[in-house]
Amino acid sequence: MTRVLPIVLYGWLALVFVFIFAPILFSVVFSFNSDRFPTIPLGSFTTHWYETIFADPEIGEAAINSLIVSLSTSVIATLLGFCTAYTDYRFSFRLKGPYLALILLPPTIPLIIMALAMLAWLSWIGASGQLWSVIIAHSVLTAPFAMAVIRLRLNQIDPNLEAAARNLGASEWTALREVILPFCRPAIISAACLTAAVSFDEFAVAWFVSGLNKTVPVVILEIVQGNIDPQVNAIGSLVFLTSITLVVLAQVFFISKVART
Amino acid sequence: MTEPLVTLTDVVKRYGDFTAVHTLDLEIGAGEFVAIMGPSGCGKTTTLRMLAGLEAPTQGEIRIGGRVMNEVPVHERDTPMVWQSLALFPFLNARENVEFGLKMRGVEAGERKRRALEWLERLEIGEFAERNVETLSGGQRQRVALARSLVTEPQILLLDEPLSALDAHLVIRMQGVLTRLQRELGITFVYVTHSQSEAFAMADRVVIMSQGRIAQVGSAREIYRAPASRFVAEFVGRNNIMKATMTHEGLETPFGFCNAPPEASLGDRFTLVLAADQVEISRTEIAWHAPLRLISEEFIGSVVTLFFETEGGEEIKVQMQERALAELDLDSDGPFYARWNLKDAHILPPETT
Repeated sequence: MTRVLPIVLYGWLALVFVFIFAPILFSVVFSFNSDRFPTIPLGSFTTHWYETIFADPEIGEAAINSLIVSLSTSVIATLLGFCTAYTDYRFSFRLKGPYLALILLPPTIPLIIMALAMLAWLSWIGASGQLWSVIIAHSVLTAPFAMAVIRLRLNQIDPNLEAAARNLGASEWTALREVILPFCRPAIISAACLTAAVSFDEFAVAWFVSGLNKTVPVVILEIVQGNIDPQVNAIGSLVFLTSITLVVLAQVFFISKVART
Repeated sequence: MTEPLVTLTDVVKRYGDFTAVHTLDLEIGAGEFVAIMGPSGCGKTTTLRMLAGLEAPTQGEIRIGGRVMNEVPVHERDTPMVWQSLALFPFLNARENVEFGLKMRGVEAGERKRRALEWLERLEIGEFAERNVETLSGGQRQRVALARSLVTEPQILLLDEPLSALDAHLVIRMQGVLTRLQRELGITFVYVTHSQSEAFAMADRVVIMSQGRIAQVGSAREIYRAPASRFVAEFVGRNNIMKATMTHEGLETPFGFCNAPPEASLGDRFTLVLAADQVEISRTEIAWHAPLRLISEEFIGSVVTLFFETEGGEEIKVQMQERALAELDLDSDGPFYARWNLKDAHILPPETT
């Protein structure tokens, strides 16, 4: 029994991984397949679909849009996340509970509702349909993730560390720069990667508020709506590669420093 | 005491309804090693934090070197502290940790490095200068923390239970390091601890605090031999505290009689404090003395503490050299008798409370 159980559990684990990654794997495989339709047996190996997407100006523009959006979102959301996490760490005040609850609220709202609300609000203030509308919406959406990661790191800090810096002659701002920021650096990098990945992948909100400034996920939908086009597999594979790289980076920093006990 | 470097006058610290420190008056001399000792929550750490400027006194005045410090922000004080948790910067190596205070004072990088290395060398950890502080041992980290606080050559060093996390044998070694440093540098050390052995071993003067008040200030010997109150006598331990009444036969205690203080008159009541090592125990019966039963024994190396009890349940502690035990023949039955000399005992002043 003691020898059988681990085998069963590892088998189960393998099945879970297959279930999760099979669709992605298929998408990658078919992106190199010469046949137009995703069927088995496969045709010959080709990089044709990659060539066509790199040649397509619409997809190129979407890729640049996505890069701009995810980088800007990453910077803004990480900054906001750090500030809220630090506020929580450093100060105690009345209504801190509601304050934190409000900050952590956005991810609990169904995306489609969030997207509609964003569209309504941004167009009411005359800010919809721009690239920065997507940046605003994505920052709101991802800041809580950044906050959660950085807050976890701040929970590990020796509560005397900041006081020790001030005791040695650092003003409050200097202590923040010389002690708190370096201490949080792995978490900050991790949060930046994570928020960039979420923003890069995000479809619903982007579709509602981006207008003519489409991001990659929005373009994918448009291609899929039109016809069956193996280009989608190629784009999908690249998007997956980008996201998984960012998430792995986030994990590397997170595990190596933040989650170490 | 030399010229006072630190003066606390009528210092009170309140947190809401809770008063952590009640009207504290204390002078600490330049170059003095003062230990503030007391149980948890007695206000010793709060007092230290007020000296560092990490807490502001609710009322009263704190002067350091003649300057009123109440409004001086932490980072302008030059009152470095060695923290209980050490609070080393984990993202800096040993040398960079030591350099921190110099960096804050705008000392140029080369000079910073030179002085930091000098201090690490002085504390015998020069070879670990470039090591990550998290890979150092407890004792080495302790030395980094000391170097970090002393590198700016302050007039005063505050220490908040710095040795409490170390192994016993390291504590003794670090005590040696601390006392030597303090003597060589000639600066003031204010050392907060709950450990009597640390305070007594190192300090020129010991301040005992209880519930936000100073219970006694004096040398280790004074506090041990002549405690000012029952609290101090109990806190410093290894003391017997007994009620005594003046009778015709002499001073009567639950354990027997001793010679009476000359100024006592019949019927006077006292509280006697008698150090455990001043009690003589024997197998020979002493008239009018209570027979004692051995309850337990406690070995601390060459010294042993024996706990005896009268039939009425009154307990007396006796401390003696381990090699003197053989004469007592602890294993056989039969009572023990205690005796002592009044000149070795201390009579407590009547309690005001």
